[in-house]
Amino acid sequence: MHFEWTATYGHILLTGLLTTIELLLFSGFFGFLLALLVGFGRLSKQPLIAWLSLSFTNLIRGTPLLVQIYVLYYGVGSLFVGFPAVRDSFLWPYLREGFWYVVVALTLSVGGYVGEVIKGGLRGVPKGELEAARALGMSRFLMIRRIWLPRAIQILLPSLAGESVGLLKSTALASTVAVMDVLGAANLVRAQTFRTYEPLLLIAVTYLVLALLIEHVFRRLELRIPVRGAL
Amino acid sequence: MDWIQQAVNTVIGDWGVALMQGAMVTLQISLGAFAIGLVIGLTVAMVKMTCNGSLKALANGYTTVCRAVPELLLILLLYYAGSDLINAIAALFGHGPVEVNGFMAAVVVLGIVQGAYAAEIIRGAVQAIPAGHIEAAKAFGARRGFIVRRIILPEMMPYALAGLSNLWLVLIKDSALISVVGYNELLFTTKQAAGSTREYLLFYLSVAAIYLTVTLVSNAVFGRFERSFSRWMPAN
Repeated sequence: MHFEWTATYGHILLTGLLTTIELLLFSGFFGFLLALLVGFGRLSKQPLIAWLSLSFTNLIRGTPLLVQIYVLYYGVGSLFVGFPAVRDSFLWPYLREGFWYVVVALTLSVGGYVGEVIKGGLRGVPKGELEAARALGMSRFLMIRRIWLPRAIQILLPSLAGESVGLLKSTALASTVAVMDVLGAANLVRAQTFRTYEPLLLIAVTYLVLALLIEHVFRRLELRIPVRGAL
Repeated sequence: MDWIQQAVNTVIGDWGVALMQGAMVTLQISLGAFAIGLVIGLTVAMVKMTCNGSLKALANGYTTVCRAVPELLLILLLYYAGSDLINAIAALFGHGPVEVNGFMAAVVVLGIVQGAYAAEIIRGAVQAIPAGHIEAAKAFGARRGFIVRRIILPEMMPYALAGLSNLWLVLIKDSALISVVGYNELLFTTKQAAGSTREYLLFYLSVAAIYLTVTLVSNAVFGRFERSFSRWMPAN
C-alpha cells in the first residue's frame, strides 16, 4: 500500500467528492419533491392518478438504475444531437454533460423508491389526528402542510435515513457515464498511477464516512422530535 | 407504422437471440449469487447471534461495510482483488497467470455483496420467532443442531420471505453492474447492440422492458409463495 500519489492526485479526488455531494443534494432535493407527489398520488381516490403513480413506481423499481441512466444519457441524449435547434440553444452545454442526466435519473429513482415509503408513512399517521385537524376547521392543504406531512415524515425518519444512504450509493453509477464523481476520479487515478487498490480503498472509506455522516444527521433530526414516553 | 415494423425487426430479428442469451446469463448469475448470498447470510447471521469477540466484530464489520459502500465500487474492488488473489495462489504453485472465469467471478462478487443484506434479513427473521418455541425444544432436550434444523430454519422462513424476495429483485437489478467489468450479460449485450446499430434509445428501452418483465414475473411467483406460507402462520 502506497499513498504518496495523494499529493499529486488529491485535488482530483476532492473535486470528485464535491461532485458526488452535489449529485446527492440535487437529486435528493428534487427526488423528495417528486416522491411527495408520487406518495400522495398513490393514495389518490382518482383512479387515473393512482394508476399512474403505481405504474411509475413499478417501472422505476422494476428496472436497474444503470439501465435508466443509459436510457436517458445515451438514448434521450442521442435524440437531442439530431435537433440543430437544441444544439444551438443555451441549454446545450448542460445537455452535453452527463451530470444533469444522472441528476434526472436519480431524481426519478428517488421519486419511485421514496414515494412508496412516503405512501406508507402517510397511511401510518393516526386517523384521529387528521380528524382533529379537520374538526378545527383546517383546509385540506393546511392539514397536509401542518399535520399530515410532518407527522408522516417524523414516522419515516429512520427509513428516510436508509433511503438517503441508498441514494449516496447510487450516485456512484454516475462514473459509468463519464461524470467525474469520486468513483470516476478514483478510476482516473487508477488509470494514471497503475495502482488498483489504494484509490478504490480510499474512496470506499470516504463512502463509509459519508454514510455514517448521513446516519448521524438523521439521528440528530430524530432526537429533535419529542417522543411521548411512558411516564 | 413503418418504424414500428423496423424497430421490431432490429430488436427481435437481428438481436433477439443474443438478447435472450444475455437474459439467461443474467438469470443464472442472479440465481448463483442468490444461493451464495443465502449461505453467507445464514453463516454471518448465526455468527452475529451466537459468537462473541473478534468473530462477531468481523461479521458486524462485513455487514456494515457492504451495506454502506456502493455496489459498483465493491464489485470493482472484489473483482480485481479476486483475480489477483487467484493469480497469487497460482503463482505460489508455480503456475503462470490464469484466466479468471468471468461468470464465477460475477456470481461470487454479487453473492458476497448480497450476503450482508441476507444476513440482516435472516437475523431479523430468527429474532421474530417466539422465544417460547426454542425454549420448548430445549426443554425436550433437543440439541443445538436439531433446534436449528427443525425449529429455527423452517420457522424463520415466513418472516424472511418478504425480505428475501426483495433481495432477489435487488440482485437482478444489481447484476446489470457486472456489465461494467465487461462480462457478457444482458446489459453488456445491449450495449453492443446499441453501439453497432446506433439505436441507443430503442435498445435501452427494450432492455428495460426485459428487466421489468423478469421482476414482475418474480413478484408474482414470490406472491404465491408468500400466500402459501402465510396459511400456516398464526393469525394476528
